[in-house]
Amino acid sequence: MEKLLKLLESDARLSVEELAVMTGKTPEEVAQRMDDYKASHIINGYRAIVDWERAEVARVQAIIELRVSPRRDCGFDEIAQSLAELEEVDSVMLMSGGYDLALVVTGKSFQDIALFVARRLAPIDGVLSTATHFVLRTYKRDGVRFGGDPHDERECVL
Amino acid sequence: MMEYDSLIARAAAEMRPSGIRKFFDIAAEMKDCISLGVGEPDFKTPWTIREAGIDSLQKGHTWYTSNAGLAELRKEICTYLKRRFDMDYEPAETLVTVGGSEAIDMCIRALVNPGDEVLIPEPCFVCYNPITTLTGGVAVPIPLKAENGFKLTADELRRAITPKTKLLVFPFPCNPTGAVMRREDMEPLAEVLRETNVMVLSDEIYAELTYGHERHVSISTLPGMRERTIVVNGFSKAHAMTGWRLGYACGPQPVIKVMTKIHQSAIMCAPTTSQYAAVTALRSCDSDIESMRDEYDMRRRYLVQALNGMGLTCFEPQGAFYVFPCIKKSGLSSDDFCKKLLYSKKVAVIPGPAFGECGEGFVRISYSYSIKHLTEAMRRIRQFLDEECGV
Repeated sequence: MEKLLKLLESDARLSVEELAVMTGKTPEEVAQRMDDYKASHIINGYRAIVDWERAEVARVQAIIELRVSPRRDCGFDEIAQSLAELEEVDSVMLMSGGYDLALVVTGKSFQDIALFVARRLAPIDGVLSTATHFVLRTYKRDGVRFGGDPHDERECVL
Repeated sequence: MMEYDSLIARAAAEMRPSGIRKFFDIAAEMKDCISLGVGEPDFKTPWTIREAGIDSLQKGHTWYTSNAGLAELRKEICTYLKRRFDMDYEPAETLVTVGGSEAIDMCIRALVNPGDEVLIPEPCFVCYNPITTLTGGVAVPIPLKAENGFKLTADELRRAITPKTKLLVFPFPCNPTGAVMRREDMEPLAEVLRETNVMVLSDEIYAELTYGHERHVSISTLPGMRERTIVVNGFSKAHAMTGWRLGYACGPQPVIKVMTKIHQSAIMCAPTTSQYAAVTALRSCDSDIESMRDEYDMRRRYLVQALNGMGLTCFEPQGAFYVFPCIKKSGLSSDDFCKKLLYSKKVAVIPGPAFGECGEGFVRISYSYSIKHLTEAMRRIRQFLDEECGV
């Protein structure tokens, strides 16, 4: 049922009936499978992908690179979980490469995020350093192009 | 002042212009219009194929190839046809052409004398009739029936054959109906054909796009049919390479030789860059074909159910990327249905008669569009039927 997950990932508003016919299953099977996915946290929610800039709502996002010291027995998990608790934090990811954790943080202004980093993030026990990169414009998110799909260049041919 | 009307060759002047061109020009100008009219994949050519084309340019492969096409490509075509469809051809029986369209043109020109009859099952792709006429042949349509799933039956074929019949065009999987001829459907036809000298032009451009467990079967693989069949195929649909303009024909050497001779005079050779890219397409892109087909299949199932659900009877197409629903319930002709739908709901579909008179009462809807497009289009068509047709 990887197909079902892919379909839901591309458009979560497709009805159970539509999903059923697309995947060749019955609506009951699809509904059951969606419940199972939810219960087992394979599906963790359904939400809209909003272009806040276009909506003219003041919102600033930043990607923050964190270097942290892993803890005995639980490595990076404990600190990652406590960062995930913070309301301002949209995403927490363990990374390979030059730093350990990447955060995506949302605030109302640049200053808002700067204060969050200085007052809440940097003082956390185990945080060794932070590097904050502000998002200036989003062109594509989660596979969706902001501003609509590019013009279909194809001609009508028979 | 030159009087061009009197200068233009009569047969060319008499070719019917496409009646829907103007219609689609209007659609193209319309804001927020959803066009379901295209006849090419929405997928981009797989990257490995594009890279192979770029690589050939970087290496300076910018000359003509041999007239029949790169030897390496013709060998790969034969290997591919064996692997995918169990067809046996030699490179010497293969001609690389500028799209499947050129292969069709070459085949008809190689075989048809003035006055020869060419049988064309309709509704079908629009090029067979004009090419036949330009060659001096006589196009004889065989109207196919919805109740037969738009398949050609042995009776229909037998009735159409006369002493003048030279060629049967056999376009399956079919654009626009999506009909597929299975082995058991073709056996009775082969039986009829084996008793004649009628040649078959089997246009198999959609061979990779069949749905369900059964793979496409070429009529050329039936007993006694190889010697009387020219198979046309290409890269446009299966490999999403329409703009590369590359196809091929395989068949008995005496016919392929003559086709190559005409091709040499008319075209010289197919585009070199495309030929190099096609070698990679055949060698390493079977999995790309599978994933595109899976996607088409999902859209096909969705459309068939959505259209039937709104009362536009739609038999389940087994191939290509079109559905061909019956719109008679709307009380409108195909042309009126398409025009009204375009003007009131900004959805463009193609009237069935564009593919032959027997297409009246039907429209062609292409599903080479994303699910997002298709779901919105179905929503608008449903509204149109409610508001304008009371269906």
